[in-house]
Amino acid sequence: MEKILNRDEGRLLAERIAKEADVKLHECYQCGKCSAGCPMAGSFDLMPRQIVHLMHLGDMETVMKSKSIWLCASCHTCVERCPHDIDIPALMEKSRMEAQKRGYCAVRNVKLFNDIFTETIRGFGKSQEVILEGIYNVGSGRLLQDINHVPEMLQKEIVRPELNQVRNKDHVRSIMKKCEEGGALN
Amino acid sequence: MARIGVFICHCGTNIASVVDVAKVAEAAKQMSGVAYATDYKYMCSEPGQAMIKAAIEEHHLDRIVIGSCSPRMHELTFRKMLKSTSVNPYMLEIANLREQCAWVHTDREKATQKAINLVQMSVAKVAGNKPLHTSMIPITKRALVIGGGIAGIQAALDIADCGFEVTIVEKEPSIGGHMVMLDKTFPTMDCSACISTPKMVDASAHPNITLKTYCEVESVSGYIGNFEVTIKEKTKYVNHDLCTGCGLCQTKCPTKVTSEFNQGMSKRPAIYIPFAQAVPSKPVIDPNACLKLTKDKCGICEKICPIGAINYKDEVKYTTEQFGAIVVATGYELADWKTMYPEYGSGRYPDVITGLQFERLVNASGPTEGHIIRPSDGKEPKDVVIVKCVGSRDPKKGKTYCSRACCMYSAKHAHQILDKIPNSRVYIFYMDVRTPGKGYEEFYDNTRKDGAQYIRGRVSKIYQEGEKLIVKGEDSLIGRPVTVEADLVILATAMEAAPNVEEVVKKLGISMDKDRWVQEAHPKLGPVETQTSGIFLCGTCQGPKDIPDTVAQASAAAAKVAGILCHDEMETSPMISFVDQTKCSGCGFCVTTCPYKAISLVEVPGRDGNRKVTKTVAQVNEGLCQGCGCCNAACRTGCIDLKGFTNDQILKEVDALCL
Amino acid sequence: MKSYAYFPGCSMDSTAVTYKKSFEYIAAKTGLDLKEIPDWSCCGSTAAHTKNEKMAYALAARNLALAEKHFPGLDVVTPCAACYSRLRYANYAARKNEDLRQEIEEILQMEYKAEPEVLNFLDLFSDPDLQEEIRKGIKRQLKGLKAACYYGCLMSRPREVTGETDPENPMKMDEILRLVGVEPVIWDYKTECCGASHQVDAPEASRELIDRIFRNAQANHADIIVTACPLCNMNLDMREEEINRKFQRSYQIPVFQFTELIAIALGASASECGIHHHFFPAFDVINDQIRSGNISEKREQVQKVQEDPLKSGPIIVGKAGK
Repeated sequence: MEKILNRDEGRLLAERIAKEADVKLHECYQCGKCSAGCPMAGSFDLMPRQIVHLMHLGDMETVMKSKSIWLCASCHTCVERCPHDIDIPALMEKSRMEAQKRGYCAVRNVKLFNDIFTETIRGFGKSQEVILEGIYNVGSGRLLQDINHVPEMLQKEIVRPELNQVRNKDHVRSIMKKCEEGGALN
Repeated sequence: MARIGVFICHCGTNIASVVDVAKVAEAAKQMSGVAYATDYKYMCSEPGQAMIKAAIEEHHLDRIVIGSCSPRMHELTFRKMLKSTSVNPYMLEIANLREQCAWVHTDREKATQKAINLVQMSVAKVAGNKPLHTSMIPITKRALVIGGGIAGIQAALDIADCGFEVTIVEKEPSIGGHMVMLDKTFPTMDCSACISTPKMVDASAHPNITLKTYCEVESVSGYIGNFEVTIKEKTKYVNHDLCTGCGLCQTKCPTKVTSEFNQGMSKRPAIYIPFAQAVPSKPVIDPNACLKLTKDKCGICEKICPIGAINYKDEVKYTTEQFGAIVVATGYELADWKTMYPEYGSGRYPDVITGLQFERLVNASGPTEGHIIRPSDGKEPKDVVIVKCVGSRDPKKGKTYCSRACCMYSAKHAHQILDKIPNSRVYIFYMDVRTPGKGYEEFYDNTRKDGAQYIRGRVSKIYQEGEKLIVKGEDSLIGRPVTVEADLVILATAMEAAPNVEEVVKKLGISMDKDRWVQEAHPKLGPVETQTSGIFLCGTCQGPKDIPDTVAQASAAAAKVAGILCHDEMETSPMISFVDQTKCSGCGFCVTTCPYKAISLVEVPGRDGNRKVTKTVAQVNEGLCQGCGCCNAACRTGCIDLKGFTNDQILKEVDALCL
Repeated sequence: MKSYAYFPGCSMDSTAVTYKKSFEYIAAKTGLDLKEIPDWSCCGSTAAHTKNEKMAYALAARNLALAEKHFPGLDVVTPCAACYSRLRYANYAARKNEDLRQEIEEILQMEYKAEPEVLNFLDLFSDPDLQEEIRKGIKRQLKGLKAACYYGCLMSRPREVTGETDPENPMKMDEILRLVGVEPVIWDYKTECCGASHQVDAPEASRELIDRIFRNAQANHADIIVTACPLCNMNLDMREEEINRKFQRSYQIPVFQFTELIAIALGASASECGIHHHFFPAFDVINDQIRSGNISEKREQVQKVQEDPLKSGPIIVGKAGK
């Protein structure tokens, strides 16, 4: 579909995200050093450089529907090498939060993993790798993923069946509840 | 009662778009002493000046205030104009309504009020102005050129050809600078040595030129027309008056260290002539490498020198000379990419080289006699990557500017590789290709025709795996990360100002910009002048540039110097200090404060009650005083004043603003 | 020696068993004083900062607030790179923004001053006193063992949070391992990302990252890769065989935690330092070193070492795991 730039409604959102991330979008001169060093770029549908440019244009919809914002590993290689110090991981992260609010999710499994992880924290106060992987495998339909490692892990006592839990679980839960009620930090 | 005329300039829309100029002129009419006020589109123009002259006649004006651009810009213009009127040229004040008001504000109402305040201050000050008259001082008809690269050589030749004596001070053992290191020059591909070495020879043979190589400027005093410069000659340990340049010492010296001229890609002896075509073609001894000087061993060069020119006990020599004008041509160094770019390996990989190293590799007189090989294993590279903008256009690395010559020399390098190595491939990572020069775009076209692959993107990382260098970039035109497995990587490393530029600038009393480039007086209208009159600049000390631009600027600086030296004497500014000797206590504080050594203490007859006594007081040398005002501020009894800026006038300005 | 508040992190009680065992061995030998933060909870990890920024700060800050309460004045040390990053982020944000700090206190219902420094294990082992203790306790030199020190992202970047001065080429681990004779190799993937949790939730996109790390380690002649993080370690160690299959490689590069090597140097047996817990067999490389005489023993230790299970028993366990 034809894209009419000056009718784009994402500009305000993009500007807000950029401000929160302390990024001046106009500084990006599209050199591509970010994309060149990004370990995940091979799987991105939009290069990190293109995310910055789309935000500068105000096309947040394309950004929020992209896979790249979900696949970003927050490794910070891009910003470490960026000539203009543009905090791309922050742009990715904040775009991802906005995408979630609007129900966009181009890489379902990443969201699923994070959701389950968050719930194990709510449940036990600590992460539970076995439970996490188990529920994730069911939820993602990848029942056999990493299953070959399980007997070995048990045999070598790498994981144990018992749970590690926080005593004051209510404290952790109340912290999470308060943060969720307050929404994402704006 | 003073009759002041106030003239408010629109400066096109520069002032008028932010300041209500008509309102300022109206307000001026109400100010004390103002007999006439008006506004006009361009006061500096011919009709504007005619208008002022007519107003002087018609309204019998005796002093003028002009509200316009900075006095740096047009104060001289208006003073010249006043020479043909009844008003003394120093009965003039400029209120800076452009740089200090319109350009820095957006609120029209507040800016207009500020403009009125500025005019009010100038009106208050001009009321206290007194007519001043210039005097004449003689000019020393000799020029000093600091730096013996192509800029310095060209400037010196042009000044010398006008019939004036020139001294070139060069810190290295030979003149020639960077140009003589280069192989071919874009876009015409003439051999750099073939066009620069004849100029070096011309400079050394010119009857009006004195070469002072291996020398540095130690100190500078004085002013335009009469600079006094002390030159330090570093220890050469070779008597150049005796030395014939036979070169025997070089061949027998047992110590070998890295050659600066070959950019670290070959060795040179401790006693060395930096390159075969050096001027002068006489050696110096590197005191950090020489066994005799470091460990008191060896001494071979002294034993074999047929004429006994070696002198291990050589000492630093200082000479002091007078010059009428100075040209700064201190040139550039390459940015130290090794400390700036850990992502490119910090210099761990021998096959990642700079453009200047490549120039030595491809140069027939270089360490490989022109064979392009990998420094690591001597093999001929097939796949070569050129990375542009290394150290330039990179705010993270502290350099925002474009280094200007890299796009073209990179295209030239690509052309040379494709030409010399059959079946080679060249990939050039770039952000933009900038070719603003005559024949440059065509050269770039031809490089692509030769087969160079231009990939738009900045390289993120360079590292070695096995024999190959892995270069990771993005092809931003297709939006995909790309990797090139290269045999050789050439970094188009940025120019930066020479390492000792701070010292030179400090000694000369001129300034640098944020990137350490020497600051020109005006980027458009004073591109070869500095803020200190009589001191000029040319070449890459002022900013990155290529050879054609450097040579053009050098000739321009030479013309400016000749424009001074062709006069026998020159006008001095009358805005200088004067001492009220009846009040002076002779403390001498002003003497130590004066940067121009213009004040001395003298004995004059005076009275103590009824008794006649001799008292010591300060006296200003009108030829040396530059009107800086330091003594004025330092004087404890308040007996020193600056003509045109008296304490009384300044206080009147303050009163006009505050009362 | 200095005392520290200790935040183990969730992995230390499960997958990071070698890390834990070897570290506890070193702590016992050197008298290292770590005080575990009572009732610590998850730092929030990647999941929290993906979903809710405030939650990411608050979950991390809970542990720092507990440390401040129970062990005032002590710096907090953590073995996990992700925990390190989240705890430091919380401190960084709270120190920069007083309103945020107060809001976090409000959410936690606890005092949180963001004063103690958060250190990782490489910082801890750079402590000259601890290094001196290690130097004194060395029973074996691991001379000739060529190690590619892998730091990963989160201990290095972003530099304003981590304080690392050279995120492209950090040297702390290299220097620590030199203490026990290991020869760190110069390589170029010290801080390239291992994919972190994307190895679980986006495996197709991220397996290649691991391959590239092994490839560069191999190209630079490393015998082993050494990590200082439970997740980096698991991503590399657990998936090496899969990488070999998937990309038709034949990497033979065991992955160690740096603490294992120090424990070995201090005289730990295989089971004491946890080598038998590795996924990818790690015995051969150590045994080869011993056989070639590179791992040298101090003379008075020889008798004892011959009976050390490092050379006999647990090797079978390692082989069984193959």
